[in-house]
Amino acid sequence: MAHFRLANGLEGVVIPDHRAPVVTHMIWYRNGSADDPQGKSGIAHFLEHLMFKGTKAHKQGHFSELVAELGGQENAFTSNDYTAYFQRVPKEHLGVLMEYEADRMKNLVLSDEVVAPERDVVLEERRMRTDSDPSAQLNEAVQAALFAHHPYGTPIIGWEHEIEKLDRLDALAYYDRFYTPENAILVVAGDVGLDEVRSLAEDSYGRIPARGEPPRRARPQEPEPRAHRLVTLADEKVEQPSQQRVYLVPSYATAAPGGAEALEVLAHLLGGGPTSRLYKSLVMDRKIAVAAGAYYMGASLDQTRFWVYALPAPGVTLEALDAAVGEVIDEVARHGVAEDELTRAKTRLIADAVYAQDSQAALARWYGAALTTGSQVSDVQQWPARIDASTAQQVQEAARTWLAKPRAVTGFLLPEGEEDEGAANLEAASAHA
Amino acid sequence: MKKAPAAPEGSSYAARVQPVEAAGFQTWLVEDYAVPLVAFDFAFSSGSSQDPDGKEGAVAMLATLFDEGAGSLDSEAFHQALDDKAIEISFSADRDLLHGRLKTLTRHIDAAFGLLRAALVEPRLDPDAIERMRAQMTANLKREAKDPDALVGRAWRETAFPNHPYGRAARGTLDSLPRIERSDLVGLRERMSTRASVAAAAVGAIDAERLARLVEGVFAPLPATSALVSVPDVNLAGMGQRKLIDLDVPQATIRFGLPGLARHDPDYMAAVVVNHVLGGGVFSARLFKEVREKRGLAYSVHSQLVTHAHAGFFSGGTSTKNERAAESLAVIEEEIEKLASEGPSADELDKAKKYLIGSYALRFDTSTKIASHLVHLQSEGFPVDYLDRRNQEIANVTLEDTRRVAKRLFSQKKLLVAVAGRPEGL
Repeated sequence: MAHFRLANGLEGVVIPDHRAPVVTHMIWYRNGSADDPQGKSGIAHFLEHLMFKGTKAHKQGHFSELVAELGGQENAFTSNDYTAYFQRVPKEHLGVLMEYEADRMKNLVLSDEVVAPERDVVLEERRMRTDSDPSAQLNEAVQAALFAHHPYGTPIIGWEHEIEKLDRLDALAYYDRFYTPENAILVVAGDVGLDEVRSLAEDSYGRIPARGEPPRRARPQEPEPRAHRLVTLADEKVEQPSQQRVYLVPSYATAAPGGAEALEVLAHLLGGGPTSRLYKSLVMDRKIAVAAGAYYMGASLDQTRFWVYALPAPGVTLEALDAAVGEVIDEVARHGVAEDELTRAKTRLIADAVYAQDSQAALARWYGAALTTGSQVSDVQQWPARIDASTAQQVQEAARTWLAKPRAVTGFLLPEGEEDEGAANLEAASAHA
Repeated sequence: MKKAPAAPEGSSYAARVQPVEAAGFQTWLVEDYAVPLVAFDFAFSSGSSQDPDGKEGAVAMLATLFDEGAGSLDSEAFHQALDDKAIEISFSADRDLLHGRLKTLTRHIDAAFGLLRAALVEPRLDPDAIERMRAQMTANLKREAKDPDALVGRAWRETAFPNHPYGRAARGTLDSLPRIERSDLVGLRERMSTRASVAAAAVGAIDAERLARLVEGVFAPLPATSALVSVPDVNLAGMGQRKLIDLDVPQATIRFGLPGLARHDPDYMAAVVVNHVLGGGVFSARLFKEVREKRGLAYSVHSQLVTHAHAGFFSGGTSTKNERAAESLAVIEEEIEKLASEGPSADELDKAKKYLIGSYALRFDTSTKIASHLVHLQSEGFPVDYLDRRNQEIANVTLEDTRRVAKRLFSQKKLLVAVAGRPEGL
């Protein structure tokens, strides 16, 4: 593979895969919803939509029509820490994609006539993803509680009342600040030559004048949590209650060496499938859950989330389930993990890296997400080795240090009318703990 | 290291596929040593349409149980055996097929196929595993009990196929799941999991001889014949009907549809082109432009052609705020009528064909996608060389074809519509 930087600061990564005559072309910007200005939540995501509205040279729809004519697929996505645009096309069209993508990095044109209906589209998207779905509404509230100060607590799509007020000038200001060559990473995967990609990049992105320094991201950091929080949402549309706990933990960017890898292994061991601790204890042995899992969101610029979640078996209260989840975690914190389950978790994670080689799009995303959240190319390449180096002690230490209840928000999704019972029972349970 | 020759530009896909005979059927093999893995996909020609009456979800439940214990390995031991080597084995059922998928690193190929053999030939179907899967399926049904997409999909299907397995709940209902017994699952497995009609494909670091041995080992012990309940061909019912499901949500979720075409209908490719112009997955589709871009009515609006083994239909959907639901549906109906009466423009035809032809290559960029697509083609009754004929079929579609087929699909037809939400004016 290749890794280069152009004179204007644009970083480039090339991942060859010659098995199919296809190329995946991605531009990642080192900014996401966590960089939305105060009071303008959703602007990063809104701008992502507006990037499809045309430039001085190419009017709205022209780029998309071109991609479609080439038989390509395209899309874009916004996360907390990055925004990315991509196309997948037959490999011989890479140059033209770069030309258009470079053009809209520099020459976006927006009018109120075009911005207004798109704002409506974003509001519909919010309605579809969140406002019609009690589970999504609970997740939104849980994140807001977990990140009381840091902007990860604000939804990526934005709060409805702030989306409604976003306008053309907000979008252009954000664009001007963040959409610069120093702030962008080009990731190209597929049936391409290393030199060829660099040369095409020079001819397109390379012509964009440097701005000087990349924009600095300075988010208000989350203070050390001291109090466990319970968030409940009851809705008449809920027929299946659910439990989750989210902990505030270090990311790959903020952790001490080996710390994030230990959390990765811990997540798999705790809740990565039917052989995991949570599944075995809650679903198979005690039969108080029908499903259980865990997930660690390591690719994050600032402190991040570690989820554990479970669906109760009929007749089991969420408080009882939550207490049982806590017991499984405490067991690991106090008594550690066995060599065979550690090996199994590491085998699975390392195999994921091999399986990812099968998909140029998956590899491209892996690198893009890593590079925009404080990691280097070498970190991605050495990830399997670092996972392999995790010890049982480190995994136990991670559970003890980071999966401590004051660092967590517990979320209960309940049928209507049960929210007060839930809180009262939890208080009662805690009083007797 | 052995390497298959990289296919030069514009050359044959079909030439890279080796049909490997074993256990009485063909497995289509694409040998490729670039990545040290093997993906093996297969499908038995029978699906949830085989659910016994009143026991909807039985086939789906059976699919969840193949990897919940086999031979001497109970559920926990079987999963540990998989995890120890990062082998992935999974099963699923759609309406017409029972799918199996295997993925393994090359150094564990033999172990992987050994576990697959156990899962298929000696699944334990232990009572506690059955209860666990039943509880999971039940929980999943409850989670979507008030989900607008699920509600609208079900209402639409029940109206479209009132007396046919396609109108039944493939993942079961809260009533049907408790009625499924172990004997039902055993019976389904015996009838469905056979060598009688198997589509299979393997992609990755394995040669034909070794693959043949492994496939033989897995499938030869299975019965040679199936005893399937025959599923009749059926036409879509409910044209012109509107099904409304009241749900207290700010958005109305709409599903619409009409009768379509069978996969081997001579007009099918022209219909694919027509559907692409109307609501295919590009920003230039008519529905995208009119509903989303111009009017900001929706985030998502799309249409597709669906071909089951015994029915073909056209369907689409969108979600829009309640106050504008009637407007959205009116715009969709108008666009369909316009297309029916005028057909696509020459420019639209040209662009659609370019997209459909150019994007074909994107289906073949990962081992699992290739394996899945090859199984799909086989199960639809196409030979290997179809991989090289398909683009020509698209290229052969004329403007006159699309005009005629747009009329055939849409002219004088009233949509079957299902809506969940509180749509105003509907």
